[in-house]
Amino acid sequence: MALDSAPVLEAKNISVEFGGLKAVEDVSFDIPDRSVVSLIGPNGAGKTTFFNVLTGLYKPTSGFVIYNGEDITGVVPHKIAEKGVARTFQNIRLFGLMTAEENVMVAMHSHLKAGIIGTIIGSPLQRREEREAREEARALLTFVGIGKTAMEFARNLSYGDQRRLEVARALALRPKVLLLDEPTAGMNPQESAVFVDFVHKVRDEKNLAILLIEHDMSVVMKVSERITVLDRGMKIAEGSPADIKSNPRVIEAYLGKSAEVNK
Amino acid sequence: MSIITRKKGASKKKAPASQRTWSIGFLTLAVAVYIFYTYIVPHTPDGFQNQIQTWFPPSALNEALVWVIAALGLNIVVGYAGLLDLGFVAFWAIGGYTAGWFMSGFFYQINLHFGSESAKSFPGIHLSFWIVLLLGALICAFFGILIGAPTLRLKSDYLAIVTLGFGEIIPQVFVNGENIHGFNLSNGTKGISPVDNIGLFGKRLGPFDLNYKYMIFVFMAGLMVFISLRLRSGRLGRAWLAIREDELAASMMGVPLMKTKLSAYAVGAISGGLAGVAYATHVNGIFAERFQFSISIILLAMVVLGGMGNVWGVMVGALLIAWVNSTGLPALGNEINSTFNTNINFPSYTFLIFGGLLILMMLFRREGILPESRLKMVLHENDDDVENEAPHRNISEEEAL
Repeated sequence: MALDSAPVLEAKNISVEFGGLKAVEDVSFDIPDRSVVSLIGPNGAGKTTFFNVLTGLYKPTSGFVIYNGEDITGVVPHKIAEKGVARTFQNIRLFGLMTAEENVMVAMHSHLKAGIIGTIIGSPLQRREEREAREEARALLTFVGIGKTAMEFARNLSYGDQRRLEVARALALRPKVLLLDEPTAGMNPQESAVFVDFVHKVRDEKNLAILLIEHDMSVVMKVSERITVLDRGMKIAEGSPADIKSNPRVIEAYLGKSAEVNK
Repeated sequence: MSIITRKKGASKKKAPASQRTWSIGFLTLAVAVYIFYTYIVPHTPDGFQNQIQTWFPPSALNEALVWVIAALGLNIVVGYAGLLDLGFVAFWAIGGYTAGWFMSGFFYQINLHFGSESAKSFPGIHLSFWIVLLLGALICAFFGILIGAPTLRLKSDYLAIVTLGFGEIIPQVFVNGENIHGFNLSNGTKGISPVDNIGLFGKRLGPFDLNYKYMIFVFMAGLMVFISLRLRSGRLGRAWLAIREDELAASMMGVPLMKTKLSAYAVGAISGGLAGVAYATHVNGIFAERFQFSISIILLAMVVLGGMGNVWGVMVGALLIAWVNSTGLPALGNEINSTFNTNINFPSYTFLIFGGLLILMMLFRREGILPESRLKMVLHENDDDVENEAPHRNISEEEAL
């Protein structure tokens, strides 16, 4: 278990208000290095808002985000991404009219150095960089299992492949933390089961920590080392999957309700 | 569905080769046109020469090439980065005045000659055309960044409106720039004329050396194509397209939005500046009142009509519209008037015709004459692969729950 390692990303007393509406209220949370942790909660619990705070899209009303010991609260999104916090989106947000390979290469933007002049004249440095970036992109696509689709437009890929492409694109940032926002949404049970192994493979081979927002309880229970439960913007429980399963507050707030909905 | 995707994947793989084919085609055609005008036309019967002068005069060709240069720049801003710019005429004007300042007797107090073929006794600043091109590019890049920095934070429609404002302000500054606290910036409505002839290998290109200017303008247009294609395939081009596709996702993938948009704006401004300098040498002067809003709109029409994002489409669109604007319509008008013995002023209907043409294009061929392959796919996907999209829609509905 990687839970006892030092936190790579920490959120301290985060609150987010939208004109008086408290979307997230005083939530503290940390992601230990090389762990797989999950954030669950009923719809509207503030999970995605919390995600958006971690990636710099929203500035928290109060509280801090610490990444690798550095305060990154309110830092612009592309800087946070560059530092190594990558994410995928609940509603897939690929660059539809670019090839899978190009999608991955966009995320390498901050690692590449070629400037305008170097690109126009095609300097040896720029060419080597492009070639290496392309190779890395291909390798990432193969890693997530869609190596054959490199030259296809992202919008033409199947739904599952698009999800995988989003992961490949996020990995191109060479992140230390990968945030997955409902990655199994729209997947069938078999695909979800494969996904659990995939998450562990990503964590082990890319040496990063993973935070998931997930609705599918079977996935959450199998994949997570620790689960945090949000309800109405507040953290109501945190612990191992077994603890969460038997926690009465969670059952009341989430699981019971969810079971009804699923019928 | 797999058949459809495989087909599209295959056509994508061929793309680099087709760019090469297009480049070779462009060069071959440019040389053929040059040979035609320089060596063949003078030996043809007078009647044919008159027809050429009426329908395809070499000066109109040169002017069309100037439009091509500017349109290729606008294509980077609008076609690649997806930023709607309605004030591109500003850069054309700034480039033009750069030529006016550094290639004429306008600043008669100063006597500076460098690399210019004009007589040393002429007062004013006379720099080589090539240096002025560079200056025009630099000054326009500077103004591009200056204008872009506050405006590019705005989204789509608002950006269009603000650029529209700048496109009005800058020509107005030149119209009223005759006396800025005693300093004459632009000679007001009188304009700056004449502008020096271009010097090429020790030769001065007079107003009738159209064939040499043609070569220079073809070279400049070719350069813009080269720059566009190189940038498009590199790191910056990918970032531009990513911003066009999904700004938020791009920023989440480490693409700095402001910097990337500014670079698109600056590169576009540079080509606007080059076109401005070229235009000044083409008409041998700068006249403030020519820099009207309509230039921005015509340029935009060239990009949209030709095929947004595809340099070759934009080139075809620019040549076509520039020709209709300068020659085709007046010539056709004269022909009709003399045949039917009518007296209709055809050039005054230019915008009616352009407007109508754009409406027809939007109705029947939205992607332009020679579209970028990816754009064509979106606009026609409902025609043939509706079943391809359907599953996505269902899933996104599930997701919304």
